[in-house]
Amino acid sequence: MDIIIYGIINSVSLALMAVGFTLVYGVSRLPNFAHGALYVLTGYMTWILMNRMGLNYIFSAIIALGLTGLIGAAMYQLVLIRVRGMPISEIIASYAIGLAILEGLRWGGLKGGTFRLPPFIEGSVNIFGVSVDFQRIFVVILGAAIMGALWLFVNSTRLGLALKGMAQDERAAMTLGIDSDRMAVTATAIGSMLAGAAAIILLPLGSIVVESGYHVLIMAVAVCIVGGLGSWTGAVLAAFIIGFAQILTVVYFGAHFQAVVALLAIVITLICRPSGLFGRQKELEERV
Amino acid sequence: MSGSKGDRRKERIDRGIKVRSDSVYAISSWKEITYLIAPRLVLILGLALAPLLLSAAPYWQRVVSIICVYSLLAIGFDFLANYVGLVSLGGGFYVGVGAYAAALLNTYFGLPPIITIPMATLLGAIICTVLFLPCLPLRGVYFAIVSLMYPLLAARIIEALDIFGGTDGILGVDGFSNVWLEQYFLILCVLVMVFALRRLVEEDIGLVFRGVKDNDQAVKASGININEFKALGVFIASALGCLGGACLTHMYMWAGLSQFALDFSIIPIAATVVGGGGTLVGPVLGCMILVPVSELLRDFGSLRIAVYSIVLTAFIVFKSEGIMTYAARKYEQFERWVEI
Repeated sequence: MDIIIYGIINSVSLALMAVGFTLVYGVSRLPNFAHGALYVLTGYMTWILMNRMGLNYIFSAIIALGLTGLIGAAMYQLVLIRVRGMPISEIIASYAIGLAILEGLRWGGLKGGTFRLPPFIEGSVNIFGVSVDFQRIFVVILGAAIMGALWLFVNSTRLGLALKGMAQDERAAMTLGIDSDRMAVTATAIGSMLAGAAAIILLPLGSIVVESGYHVLIMAVAVCIVGGLGSWTGAVLAAFIIGFAQILTVVYFGAHFQAVVALLAIVITLICRPSGLFGRQKELEERV
Repeated sequence: MSGSKGDRRKERIDRGIKVRSDSVYAISSWKEITYLIAPRLVLILGLALAPLLLSAAPYWQRVVSIICVYSLLAIGFDFLANYVGLVSLGGGFYVGVGAYAAALLNTYFGLPPIITIPMATLLGAIICTVLFLPCLPLRGVYFAIVSLMYPLLAARIIEALDIFGGTDGILGVDGFSNVWLEQYFLILCVLVMVFALRRLVEEDIGLVFRGVKDNDQAVKASGININEFKALGVFIASALGCLGGACLTHMYMWAGLSQFALDFSIIPIAATVVGGGGTLVGPVLGCMILVPVSELLRDFGSLRIAVYSIVLTAFIVFKSEGIMTYAARKYEQFERWVEI
């Protein structure tokens, strides 16, 4: 039973980490390697706002999210827009920005277990005889809520539909008067905010450390590759597959091997089904 | 573009001496020969004299060796990225594999450095190539992502399984017999590799490599197995990295988890971008600039990497051609403004 419950929790966390990455990639074909850095940055900003400025939790979380969105948009508008269409430069530039943020934070004193966000509500509850703390339940609820909201946003608002159009066919979208650069900025901002939201929801489970930036990036990428880049259904499904695989590995082999699961999943996916589970829009010849 | 009167554009024309010295007639006059040899001689003499000039400062002498190690890595990255089209963000993996291979051969089998270095290079390159085989069909982003994971995972696996000395690393590796040998061996390696690879990419095989990068479908259609060539590319690049790693182990007399560290992945990339990608000499130049800066910043810890990343971003956005390409252009061409 605990495998199922913790598997679900783990899977939703993975989906949360990955959804921002896959959104940005799907819309603008831009692998945002600064994703993990934005995740850590949001957590750190929330901590600073709470503990140094004395704001309350919700306020500081919202402000931090807004700032992250702005940083994401600025990152695209100032740097990445100039290297669009050059895959090598895109990767290096976004990875360099991410590294600058992460290592800058590390230099600025972000290390050790001193930086913690408090859980939303303390305590735990028994579900089918398994003790689960409230924060983990929040992860599942909020994770599902964010996915739902995102689905509604993409399928029923004008902006969301424009993003979807861009993701499907950029040229066709442009002929219909959708400004491709503006949409890409919007997508990067939303993607960054999603990374931030994941941070605010997930970070109370542990402490804010620089390493989690790399961890989140790797997991996001693993989920997206297995699911098929740019496909949201695929990402969610892949999150569940990898999430459960990880929990099973921890239970039967030991926690050390948890990290290997992601790489193994990627390698198996790439060998058996190179475009991922649902990678329809990015066809085989494009990626392999 | 308004096209109004007074608009100007910059025109670039090859210098006469460049055109003349392109062909075999270059040997007809000393002037042309000098024109061809001068830049190469500057590199060779510069590297060869560096240890002598710095012999008063042993610390900076050591830096020369480190520059060479990073240069090897950076040349490998440049070759793989700009000629084979595989962006490898995991340079640390090659170094780590080479370092551990050399250390194991040295401590368990008692082989001297003169045997362990070539063996570790070859063995490490084979190991890296085999491990990367499943990922070779990938292109661009996908290969970058997967290669980024390798060093992180390798370090974690060694830590988790507690093999090869676990977190302590392997101690008691033999050092080089003297510092001059270490320096000149590394310098020789760098020079040989630069000139050999520059020659290689001009040969037929280099054409295939570039074909794989630019249009792999066309290469496939010509009946050439692209994976073989990608594997060969990875083999060359990882051999360079492993060579660097093996030398590093013998320099520090130690192999440990920090040889999978991020420094080895990011500095070569930064050096390539700063120095000029695709020139194969540029990365060496980039290392000569960035590594001493990194040594000066050593007190600031991880700020170094942040500084690198910012330099890297700035270069990629504002001066993406890099120093070497820029310098070569100035050397070979003259520019003038012309009215449109």
